[in-house]
Amino acid sequence: MSGGAKLKVRVAEVVTVNEMIKRFRFVRLDGGLMPAFSGGSHTVVEMDDHGTRRLNPYSLMSNPQDQSGYEISVRRDDVGRGGSLFMHNHIVPGMAMEISYPVNLFALDTRAKKHLMIAGGIGITPFLSQIAQVAHLGGQFELHYSARSKVLGAYMDTLTVAHPGKVHCYFDDQKQSVDLARVLSMQPLGTHLYVCGPKGMINWVLTTAANMGWPAHALHHEEFIAPGTGKPFEVKLAASQKTIIVGTNQSLLEAIEAAGVDAPYLCRGGACGQCETSVIACEGTILHRDHWLTPQEHAEDKKIMPCVSRFEGETLTLDR
Amino acid sequence: MSLDIKPDTFDDYFRDETFRDDFTYANSPQGILRFPFPFDRDDYTYSVNMEPHGGGRKGSVFEHAFDVDEHYPAEMIDRAKVLAEDPLRCQSLPHMTLAGWDLLELIMESKARDYPQWFSLSKNGNNWHWINRPLGIDHSFTFLDDTTLPYGPFEYITRQTQGDFSLQDERDNDLWMDAGMITSQADWSLDFDIGMSFMEWHAPVPLAHEKGIFDRALKFLLKLQHGAPVRRFNWTMTVNPLLDTSPETYPKWGPTKTTLTAENLGQKQHLRVELQALFRLPRSNAIAFSIRCYLGKFDELVTVPKWGRRLHRVVRDIDPDVAAYKGFLRNRDAMVQWLSKYDDGAATSPGWWAED
Repeated sequence: MSGGAKLKVRVAEVVTVNEMIKRFRFVRLDGGLMPAFSGGSHTVVEMDDHGTRRLNPYSLMSNPQDQSGYEISVRRDDVGRGGSLFMHNHIVPGMAMEISYPVNLFALDTRAKKHLMIAGGIGITPFLSQIAQVAHLGGQFELHYSARSKVLGAYMDTLTVAHPGKVHCYFDDQKQSVDLARVLSMQPLGTHLYVCGPKGMINWVLTTAANMGWPAHALHHEEFIAPGTGKPFEVKLAASQKTIIVGTNQSLLEAIEAAGVDAPYLCRGGACGQCETSVIACEGTILHRDHWLTPQEHAEDKKIMPCVSRFEGETLTLDR
Repeated sequence: MSLDIKPDTFDDYFRDETFRDDFTYANSPQGILRFPFPFDRDDYTYSVNMEPHGGGRKGSVFEHAFDVDEHYPAEMIDRAKVLAEDPLRCQSLPHMTLAGWDLLELIMESKARDYPQWFSLSKNGNNWHWINRPLGIDHSFTFLDDTTLPYGPFEYITRQTQGDFSLQDERDNDLWMDAGMITSQADWSLDFDIGMSFMEWHAPVPLAHEKGIFDRALKFLLKLQHGAPVRRFNWTMTVNPLLDTSPETYPKWGPTKTTLTAENLGQKQHLRVELQALFRLPRSNAIAFSIRCYLGKFDELVTVPKWGRRLHRVVRDIDPDVAAYKGFLRNRDAMVQWLSKYDDGAATSPGWWAED
C-alpha cells in the first residue's frame, strides 16, 4: 500500500503550549514500544475530518531514545485547509489514530564537528529531537531560535535551562534578530548548518551561508509546504482511465486518492519525491510548489508533484 | 569478555565442516531443498528485482529476517579466521557507531524472536543480556555504551551473524559505504570501496548502468523506510566452497578455476547465491545491507530436475560480458557440457521453488 508502514496509536495527551501551538503525545494502541527514530524525523498523521481524509507531516519533537511515545507540536493555521485546525479542535486524549513510521528528510550529518541550528517559530520542532540525540551521544551544537514574542517562543525555557550557553533566543516584537554573518563567521571548520522555519528565513540563511563560502554539503534545510488552496481544475488519469475534479480545498493527490486510485506518497509536503508523476499532456500552467523537482524540470512541465502542486488551464493528463 | 567461538557441539543440526583447505562443506538433503535457487525462468538478465523482505514460505531462507541454517557455527569460525589474517575486512568509520548499535539491536531482537531455541535477549533499560547458544556466548552489556563490548557493536554482532554486512550512511541524496564486515564476498574489496558513494562502488558492473538500473535503485533506496525492508538476489559461480573469494586473496583462489575437469566439476563447481536484504535503521537513518551467501554444488543442485534443466539453459544462453564479469567465462563451455546431461528439453514450471 502507498505511504509505507503505519503505526496504530492512541492520543495519550494534548497540551496547550501557547495560544498558537498544541502538543500531542501518541502511544501505541497495543501498548508496545514505538520504533526508535533519528533526530529530525517526521511522521505523517492521518485524520478523518468528518469524512475528508487528511494526511499532514509533523516533525517528531520527543527524545528519539524514548520509545514509550512520540510527540508533535502543531501550530494552528486559521487560513489553511483545515488540518491543523482539526488537530486543535477535535483531537482529544483517548482517540485512536494512524501515523506513519518515522521518515527522516532532515537528518544530522554525524560526521559534523559541530551542528549549527537556526530555527524560526514552529520550525523549532525537528531541532528538539536532534538536540536530544546530540546531547545523548555527545556532540557540539549551537541553536539560534527566533519567535514573534516571548509568549510564542515554544520550549525556549526548557531548552535554555537544559543547555546553558548553547541556546540563543530572539524576539521579533523586540526587533531582535540573529546576527547571521557574525555567527557564521565564528564556526569551526567541519560545522554543518541546519535551518527550519518560514520560507523567507530559509532562503536568507542558505543564501548568506553560500555567499560566505559554506560548502553546499554542509547546508541542510527542511520546509514542508501545505498543499494550499486554489481554483478547482480537471485532470485526466490516463493509466486508470478516469477524469477527476480537484476541489478548492483539496490537493491533487487527495483527489486522486478520493477517486480510488492508489498513488505513492510519503511526506505529502513537496519534499521527499515519492509521489512524482509523469505528465502526458499539459495545455495550461502547472503551478509547481514542491522542493523536489529542479527549476529546469519545473520549466519543462513533464513531471508534477501532486501532493502540493496545482494546475490552471485546459487539460492536464497524468500517467497515473 | 571475549568472542572466542566455542561451539558447544556440532550437533545433529549444525554441520562440522570447512570452507578452506579440505573443503568439507556440503548441504544436507534438506539443505538442498531450501537452497535459494535464483532463476525464476530459463534465462537471466540484470534487473533491480526488489521485493518486500517481510517473511516468506515456512522453512525457506526467506522465512526470517536473518536466516540461521546448518552452516552457522562453521561459517562464523571461517569469518574469525579471515579476520585474524586481515583485520581490514571489518571497518567502520567513526560516525557509523550509532548505525552499528542499530544493526546489533535489529539482529538480536530478530534472532531472539525467530529462533528462541538458540538465542535470547533480555533487557532492563539499557542493560542487556544476550545469549547465543550455538556459539557458546553469554554476555551482559550496556546498550549504546561501546566500552561494554569486546568489539565495536557492528563487529561484535556481525562476528555472530552469517552473511556480509555493509552500512550505508545517507547524505546529499546519496548513499555512502561507511562500514562493512566483508569476508564472504564475490570478489570485491571493502578496503577499496569504503567511503565510496553508491555510483562509485557500482561502477565496475557491466550493462546495468546503461539501462539506468542504478539510477532507479538509488532513488528507490533513498525512500527505503524503517519497518519495510526489501530483498533481492544476486549470484555468481565459485570453484570450491570458498566463502572468502576476495581480491586480496585472488592469487590463492583465482587459479583454481583452471582445475575443473569433466569428472570433478559436479563436486567442485558451486553456484553462489547472494540473498541481499536492505533495512532502514531507526536511530542513525543509515541503511544496512546484508549479503548472505549460499553455496550449492552442481551435484547437489541437479538432484532437483527443474533446477538442472534451468541452470543448463541459463548458463548456455548468458551474455558473455555478464559471464566475464561474474568470472566464469573460461569455464562456461565446460559447465554447459556437464549440465546438458540434466536437461532433457522438458518445460520448466515458473518460479524458483524446488517443490512447485
